[in-house]
Amino acid sequence: MGLLSDPNRRRALINLLTRLNAPICALCYFAGVCWFMGLAFEPFTLRTYMSENAMGSTMVEERFPSGERALATGKEFAAHKKKVGGMPVDWLVKTMQAQGLEVFTQSFSRTLPFPDENKERYIVKGTNVYGILRAPRAPRTEALVLSAPCSPGDNNNQAVGLLLGLAHYFRSQVFWAKDIIFLVNEHDLIGMQAWLESYHHTNTTGMDWSPLQGRGGSIQAALSLELSSDVITSLDIILEGLNGQLPNLDLANLFYAFCQKIGVLCTIQGRLQRNDWDSVSGYSHAVQTMMLMVMKQASGRPWGDHGLFLRYHIEAATIKGINSFRQYKTDITTVGRLLEGMFRKLNNLLERLHQSYFFYLMPSLSHFVSIGYYMPAFGLLAVILLLRALDLWVQLVSPPAVAADGVGDIAQQSSPGVLSVLTPLVISHLTGAALYILPTRFQEIAVEHFPVSETEAVVLTAIAVYTAGLALPHNTHRLLSGEGTEQGWRVLKLVAVLYLAVLLSCTALINFSLGFILALTLVPVAAFVTPHVPKTLSAVVLVILSPAFTLLFSVFFFQELEEMPVSFQDGWLLYLSVISQGILDHYLYGSLVYPLIALMVYPCWLLFWNILFWK
Amino acid sequence: MAAPRCSRCACLLLVFIYSLYVVVISEEPTPGNEQHASVVENPQTAAETEKQPTEERRWEATQVDETVPDDAAANKQDLPVPDSVLTSTPPLKDEFQEELVIRPLHSGDIYASFQFRTVWETDFTRGSKVSHYRLFPKSLGQVISKFSVRELHISFTQGYWRTMQWGQPYLPSPPGAELWVWFQDTVTDVDATWKELTNVLSGIFCASLNFIDSTNTVEPSASFKPLGIANGTDHRFLRYATLPREIVCTENLTPWKKLLPCGSKAGLAVLLKSEKLFHSSFHSQAVHIRPVCQDEPCKTTSLELRQTLNVVFDLHASGQGKREWSLFKMFSRTLTEACPLASSSKIYIDVTDNPEEDQFELSPATHLLSQAVVLGDRRTFSVYDLTQQVTFGTVRSLNVLIRWKSTEGDMLRPLLHAERYIAGYGLQTGEIHTLMYNNHPFRSFPVLLLDSVPWYLRLYVHTLTVTSKGKDNKPSYIHYQPSKDRMRPHLLEMLVQLPPHSVTEVTMQFERALLKWTEYTPDPNHGFYVGSSVVSALVPSTVAMNTNITKEQPLFSTFFPTKEESSYFIRVYTEPLLVNLPTPDFSMPYNVICLTCTVVAVGYGSLYNLLTRSFQVEEPSPGLAKRIANVIRKMRGVPPL
Repeated sequence: MGLLSDPNRRRALINLLTRLNAPICALCYFAGVCWFMGLAFEPFTLRTYMSENAMGSTMVEERFPSGERALATGKEFAAHKKKVGGMPVDWLVKTMQAQGLEVFTQSFSRTLPFPDENKERYIVKGTNVYGILRAPRAPRTEALVLSAPCSPGDNNNQAVGLLLGLAHYFRSQVFWAKDIIFLVNEHDLIGMQAWLESYHHTNTTGMDWSPLQGRGGSIQAALSLELSSDVITSLDIILEGLNGQLPNLDLANLFYAFCQKIGVLCTIQGRLQRNDWDSVSGYSHAVQTMMLMVMKQASGRPWGDHGLFLRYHIEAATIKGINSFRQYKTDITTVGRLLEGMFRKLNNLLERLHQSYFFYLMPSLSHFVSIGYYMPAFGLLAVILLLRALDLWVQLVSPPAVAADGVGDIAQQSSPGVLSVLTPLVISHLTGAALYILPTRFQEIAVEHFPVSETEAVVLTAIAVYTAGLALPHNTHRLLSGEGTEQGWRVLKLVAVLYLAVLLSCTALINFSLGFILALTLVPVAAFVTPHVPKTLSAVVLVILSPAFTLLFSVFFFQELEEMPVSFQDGWLLYLSVISQGILDHYLYGSLVYPLIALMVYPCWLLFWNILFWK
Repeated sequence: MAAPRCSRCACLLLVFIYSLYVVVISEEPTPGNEQHASVVENPQTAAETEKQPTEERRWEATQVDETVPDDAAANKQDLPVPDSVLTSTPPLKDEFQEELVIRPLHSGDIYASFQFRTVWETDFTRGSKVSHYRLFPKSLGQVISKFSVRELHISFTQGYWRTMQWGQPYLPSPPGAELWVWFQDTVTDVDATWKELTNVLSGIFCASLNFIDSTNTVEPSASFKPLGIANGTDHRFLRYATLPREIVCTENLTPWKKLLPCGSKAGLAVLLKSEKLFHSSFHSQAVHIRPVCQDEPCKTTSLELRQTLNVVFDLHASGQGKREWSLFKMFSRTLTEACPLASSSKIYIDVTDNPEEDQFELSPATHLLSQAVVLGDRRTFSVYDLTQQVTFGTVRSLNVLIRWKSTEGDMLRPLLHAERYIAGYGLQTGEIHTLMYNNHPFRSFPVLLLDSVPWYLRLYVHTLTVTSKGKDNKPSYIHYQPSKDRMRPHLLEMLVQLPPHSVTEVTMQFERALLKWTEYTPDPNHGFYVGSSVVSALVPSTVAMNTNITKEQPLFSTFFPTKEESSYFIRVYTEPLLVNLPTPDFSMPYNVICLTCTVVAVGYGSLYNLLTRSFQVEEPSPGLAKRIANVIRKMRGVPPL
């Protein structure tokens, strides 16, 4: 700070920063990317460890015996499901009651803003069934949730069977200190959303649900179960929830600890961990696992039924059984024992899970990168914006032509500047608002006039508005304030750069992955764009680095990571469906990625587009 | 059917003897004269007042031999001249009764309710120093006289009573500890006495009652009326507090058992073994002290101490699929004798739902049946009288066995039940929802809702809404006392009319306060408790109630006094709430404090400096000669150098 209080030294520092601005920026960008890639390198990461004492040292014994019976229940459930053609509510109620649970049902209905073509649903009506195991001598203040979705087809029957088997077994135990809610939800996330909204009596997404009759107090943790085969080779844990929220790391640690104890193969992102971190392939494996997590988190959608719990500050994860071609199989009794162990440890909790990290990335299940390690990568990118802003500020404050009596002169020059900054700002935000509102509002009109389905109409309208935005704003300031001045674009760029810096920083704090991916593409744009660079080439670069194309690349990249590469044709279709899913996620569950992109990031990018075409 | 007839004969005999005795002593003026007048008019009551000698006789009979008439006569000699110490037995100014009610619940669980009642003809208020204690526990007697307590009700409960599955309990209590006390109107500083009393009780019951302070004590204006006889009901002399967090365990049971005359050595109390009692779904123990009428005209009062213990055993947790209950299975003990000090000692088994023995089977069979009106319903009970040797049979021990025949039933629809939950998410605001269900098909009835919310939930009273059947339901009485931070809680009392067959929802928004960092509990992330709200109601009953409290009835049916014949009083407690408050990260306080202080001191200070100061290059200060020259030039009116 002493450095800055001294005017001479301050001037020297500023001179240095402005003179070396471009190389420093390039260096920062490079360093940021390198830092990020280094996060997956095992020696740089921390081993996971159990922070919560209540779950660490307390020994529990797992004795769940009746896996076969659970499978039989699952088969029965499947038969009834087939007979009813949906959720066998009566059968479930009867079965749960026979096990001594307090059973309640909840019906819900939701009309989607437009048909969901992936899951083929438009008007959704369903019923959730849940049974509460009341803990003996507990005053109904705390609860745990075990849920299994009732999926169409032959999926997840074993999960429901195991859930009922566990309910039966848990009921005869006396050590429960928290109520345990066994929930079978229909229409996966929509049912879960209805149940959670009803449980907390909120309505954020305009769903119709009947109020719940029974509750268990504040929910401390939840596990969602997905199991579609009688035997499994490995268990996968899914952590990414709505808006990139993650459960406390201790939940993942707990899962990992029990997998180790019981001897079940466990994976994250469907990938086993490898021990050869020092080899290239081992490192690339870790990078891929971490990149999968980054991509999933950045998408902001819930990747399992657990994802919606996180909004209510309930630590939740989805556990998914995977049956691959490996030799070694695990039977369902073992899975039941694992879940029993996890529930018993969660039952021992005295406080909510809070000891461990909430912000982390996992290159493997046994290693994690905490917020303190990954934030510098983003910081290095964000500092570029600040450096550019400093550079612009210096250029603005001391214009080379203006001499001693420049005070009045600057005021004179910048007064038209206010309008020239405000106009593009307002217009680009209006375009953003149009991008947010129009696709769902105009689907009927679009369907009437064009030979497309509702979903296609929404997606194509979104793309059309997006493209139209490119043509619209950069001419407007000329209509209002005549020829754009040199000062004008500088002021505008200064505003845009600072705006982007704030926007990305806030995003990265909430959802690091989204912030980082956006920073990777938008920061170079913000850094190099001036009206003086070659127009055509820059325009192409700018479009390629725009949010829409970032999404397109992400789709291909994600498919590559999942080892399911797609052709361009399929990729394009996938891209369209991803856009529609993103919009649906917003309307159904309150995901914030779509409004963020439409209302903030896209207008911000339009400002840079505007600067490019300033003259 | 032989047994009731027998007892009727006994009654008649007693009436006869009694009238004889009235004739004999009618010349002497005795304090019991008015009583006798009424007795003659009503032979039924005569039997009641004669109950005491009867019981005495039975007990004596088991002790000595079969010389019934002589003994009874001796007792009669005693009664009119109580102060004469003719016999070895002291005058019976106190009496002890014990009772166990077992109700097989609809869900297959079983509910056992113990009641121990000590009535003592004494009056602490008259200022006479009471020093001789026989059955009444001295520790409590001293507390009552020292703190001028008129009524004291204390309960410790572990678990929540599941109204939907179990129906109404005989004696309701909220999870955790509850204490409410009516003081005599001679007490000048009620708050100080209350504070002292809670600390003393904390010691007596080994509980954390000393955590009761002004922040969780309220003075309900209507919900907690005295249960005993009382002249005034000025709620300034009432204090009510709950500790929802209190955990009840063996250390609370032991001092509770010590208050019994027989301890846990004999009588029903031998069943109270902690390893089984705390292996249950619900456990509640309570002590109620109140003044009651000694007799029908209520000229004098006695002090009643009721110790109750309610426990519900879980069918699923204990049985290996066998649906049967026995005393041994429940308590791991059987009964061999009554408490020798008890005037009555009985086990009641509720067999109302089981008229043809199709629900469950009871063994050993008993012929003694009794009917009582409890909770607005006429119930039939099988009675085992422990004071009679016959009950124990040849094996000299009683092990009542209930074997279920039918399967589990559905959930009940109790006439009134209530629940409560917190709505919303996030750590800034929330909403308390209280739901009250009136399941009566055609009668509406009023309920009193009492809510005591700690100060750290800042209630927005303007958001209070009461709706039933989708319409606004205006409470006819509202008593609201706002909280004061760190001083006292919110108190909200409302009289709401519940329409028939409806759900009434009371909602109120609140804001979560940010506590000072020393005010957090050691486990702040567990959350903070909000005690149960209390719904008190006069519920329309299906049968006519008996309003005569002094009449001989099973203990469990006579706790709440009834004023009207068509309705009965119940109290329903909702579940307590666990609310998360915004909590700082306490994991590394030292590091956090150091870091924060550094950032504030270094970063903020210099940055502020940098932003608010304007920097200018300073001219070197002129020399002395130049300054003098300038002064001179100024005086001359010439511009300075």
